[in-house]
Amino acid sequence: MYKTKDGEEIFIIDGHVHLWDGSPANQRNKHGEEFINCFFGYHTALSPKEEVWPRAKFEKYGAETMYEDLFVKGYDDMAIFQPTYLKDFYKNGFNTLEQNASLGVRYPDRFIINGAFDPRDGEAGIAQMEEDVAKYKLKGVKLYTAEWKGDSKGYKLSDDHAKRFLEHAEKLGIKNIHVHKGPTILPLNRDAFDVADIDDAATCFPNLNFIVEHCGLPRLDDFCWIGVQEPNVYGGLAVALPFIHSRPGYFAHIISELLFWLGEDRLLFGSDYGIWTPKWLVDQFMTFELPEDVRKETGVNLSLEAKKKILGLNAAKLYNIDIAAKKAAHSATHSVAAE
Amino acid sequence: MSATSFAAPADRVSEVLARLATVNDPELDESVVELDFVTDVTVDGDGAVSLSFRLPTYWCAANFAFIMAEDMRNAVAALPWVTRVSVALGAHMYSETINRGIAETQSFETAFGDEANGNLVQVRRTFLVKAFQRRQVALADHLLAAGYPPEALAALTIDALRSCTNTPEGQALVQRYLDRRDVVGEADDEAPAFVDEHGASVAPEAFRPHLRALRRVAVNVEFNGALCRGLLAARFNETRDDDEPTLLDFIRAVPTEKRAPTG
Repeated sequence: MYKTKDGEEIFIIDGHVHLWDGSPANQRNKHGEEFINCFFGYHTALSPKEEVWPRAKFEKYGAETMYEDLFVKGYDDMAIFQPTYLKDFYKNGFNTLEQNASLGVRYPDRFIINGAFDPRDGEAGIAQMEEDVAKYKLKGVKLYTAEWKGDSKGYKLSDDHAKRFLEHAEKLGIKNIHVHKGPTILPLNRDAFDVADIDDAATCFPNLNFIVEHCGLPRLDDFCWIGVQEPNVYGGLAVALPFIHSRPGYFAHIISELLFWLGEDRLLFGSDYGIWTPKWLVDQFMTFELPEDVRKETGVNLSLEAKKKILGLNAAKLYNIDIAAKKAAHSATHSVAAE
Repeated sequence: MSATSFAAPADRVSEVLARLATVNDPELDESVVELDFVTDVTVDGDGAVSLSFRLPTYWCAANFAFIMAEDMRNAVAALPWVTRVSVALGAHMYSETINRGIAETQSFETAFGDEANGNLVQVRRTFLVKAFQRRQVALADHLLAAGYPPEALAALTIDALRSCTNTPEGQALVQRYLDRRDVVGEADDEAPAFVDEHGASVAPEAFRPHLRALRRVAVNVEFNGALCRGLLAARFNETRDDDEPTLLDFIRAVPTEKRAPTG
């Protein structure tokens, strides 16, 4: 819970968190080592100096640290687990549904547990999806279209087999499709960060919500165009938001474009924990104001109302979260703990 | 401290670096030298040149890496005394494939076989257009700030553009823009200076919205540039020591005694 100077309480839903194991013991190969190195690069490049972790902690921080960073030190009231399997790089996977759930099921009022599927798994993948939905009552999935699998270096949401999985997910009650757009998708000669397949999927599945994590960065210009055409496309602010510290000017431009094209109802806060921690992100976001020239050019405003939506209300809508009920549950837990 | 090393003869190394300074990262539209990607240049007595370069992450797009390696090889090979060029990309998931492909002057699709599909023409084109757009908005903003009304800019010819500013900054922006103006079509003296991505002129009343759309491209590129620089510095654990000469100092021909040691 974040409290404004005036005492107003703002309910924070962190739309993008992980409980990963990137430690050398779990690395399967050089790619696993380079993957966590790359994450560590993002962490050190964009965090304020005093928030930078030692490498060993970053590789494997564990459940207790995570709970503490999100809900005790940080302002998060709830957080959404997004898995990233990467089984070709890590012996037990990098950040699987099971890893996340090991913490998530202990605090059902705190965590939303999202699953994942991979259309390249065929029938076995469909069966696994059914099992996961039955076990964890999944309302959302995270898709990592750039993930390597055997000889394949990725897939697109516009592929036929991907559409079949989306159809099945919808049938099983999954509403929210979080899509990570990242490097190294085949074919290599195409623009690897291309977000065009989102457009196609969003049109084909008007009842699903597509949350493009990292707002299609580094293709924000293309993403905004898709966002304006497709009402069921949302932007996740993970990776964009940390620029608020080192490059507030760029962040102002980015957020104002997103507000202009998608609007304040279709943006979601996400810390991408453990790459960044919610405490400093929320602190800086709450005090951030758009510079006058940017406001004038785009005609948008990052009002307190907009901030509240981005930090929690929008995610609450997507996941049917009753904020009043959650607040009551959280304070009940606190008073039990205090007794 | 510096990851950069150079071998004599120094004037030939400088010539190579000057050529490399013309090669851009296609996405960021900045020189591979400015971006600190080039880490080593060696010239031997027979005119054989060896280059090393690096990228901000192990995962940086292979197609962009290939484009840069190819452009570096070609830029250096154009020097009259150069007999051979070898390019080595280090610490990248596709180092081996790319280095072999460049050494054997293979095309991208030959180098990558089944992993590629088609050639790099479209990717090159897409990013040249984005560079054109970004350069145009930078120049237009400069001229608007100098007092030109948007309608006047919309009516400007290429010839008139050349003489519309005499500040060094303005001249540099004009030159940078004109270097990419022919990406979108005919660029003779009488052609309109400010055109859209299809080479069509922009109506005076549409000029401001036109620029706003371009600004989105520019902001995106700048954002990526900031991210890439941050990742590069984090990856190689570098903090810039202001006293230490860099590759750029070589190109700007600082006195020899201030240059980084070789080896």
